[in-house]
Amino acid sequence: MSATNKGDWPLYEVFVRGKRGLNHVHVGSLRAADDEMALRHARDLYTRRKEGVSIWAVRSDTIAASAPDEKDPFFAPSGDKVYRHPTFYDIPDDVPHM
Amino acid sequence: MTDEDLYVDGDSARWAFGTGFTDPLHGVDQAVPESVDAEGLAACCLALGDDALVSAQRLAEWCTRAPELEEELALANIGLDLLGQARLLYSRAGQVDGTGRGEDAYAYFRDADDFRNVRLAELPCGDFAFTVARLLVLSVWRLAVCEALTAAPDPVLSAIAAKSVKELAYHRRYAAEWAVRLGGGTAESAGRMRAAWDALAPWLDELLTDRTAERLGAHPSAVAARTRAELSHVLAGAGLNRPGDAASRGTSASSMPGSGRDGAHTPQLAPLLAELQSVARAHPDASW
Repeated sequence: MSATNKGDWPLYEVFVRGKRGLNHVHVGSLRAADDEMALRHARDLYTRRKEGVSIWAVRSDTIAASAPDEKDPFFAPSGDKVYRHPTFYDIPDDVPHM
Repeated sequence: MTDEDLYVDGDSARWAFGTGFTDPLHGVDQAVPESVDAEGLAACCLALGDDALVSAQRLAEWCTRAPELEEELALANIGLDLLGQARLLYSRAGQVDGTGRGEDAYAYFRDADDFRNVRLAELPCGDFAFTVARLLVLSVWRLAVCEALTAAPDPVLSAIAAKSVKELAYHRRYAAEWAVRLGGGTAESAGRMRAAWDALAPWLDELLTDRTAERLGAHPSAVAARTRAELSHVLAGAGLNRPGDAASRGTSASSMPGSGRDGAHTPQLAPLLAELQSVARAHPDASW
């Protein structure tokens, strides 16, 4: 075991799928020595009030994340492409749930 | 607030999460069956309730002191599970022993010599290794007892046992994981784990010879055999079963005489109860 000292425990991100939820939602993070402990900690920290039926825990350093200073190149170009939204259709009256 | 209020099911729209709580005693007939010896049933509920309450109080002592935030919460969670078991067991004891006492009367208004918990539960917290080792022993043993009691002739005790089994299985897993981790970790952690086993070995026989729940279906020999088998399995995984270790020597040679089941406790119980009971005794008419 490599990470045994306090503070050496790696950070994990926790995703929980609720009873009525369709997908796992990020709920927070925690520290744990390994995957098994991360799941146990996630159970104790994030499902105390019966929030979840499924837990994913993943080491934070394995997540590829977009950088904040690349926000504009990443996301701004889609800001003026209004034609990508399906807002130019007439919806017939008898189509429900739209 | 009664348990019924706490456990309202349905009405999911009121809560963002946390709906679907279930009352473990929902729909269970509270009358004592004629075939059941009420005195023995009350004594069993009291003893198991005291084990749970005293254990919960010791676990709560880790709040703000645990080595990691995550472990602190885990220990508190386990303590709260046990506190919940104690509440149900005390309530049943009060229904059965003829006094009509509520759970608070048992928890807050009895002195140490009226408590019937096993002494292992009341020993001071010690270090994290001792807490883990004690939790492992108590949850393995209590799980064996509760599994047997799911077939108890009293439907309420049976329902409490069924609820407890799920909780205790998790406690066992938590403690076994840490026992293996510490036993197989550094020289320091393994040494502490070994010292913890040595410290608790003299208190094991009290658990393994306990006859409190015998007439309700938990036979001491079966419970003891299963407890020993599970503990030696974990000890092997933790590397603590070498010749000369307390776990391998057996415990009868050095076991402590007497039993907390008869009200004979270590001096450590009274201060624990003083802290647990001080607020309730200072304000006996308060409600919470």
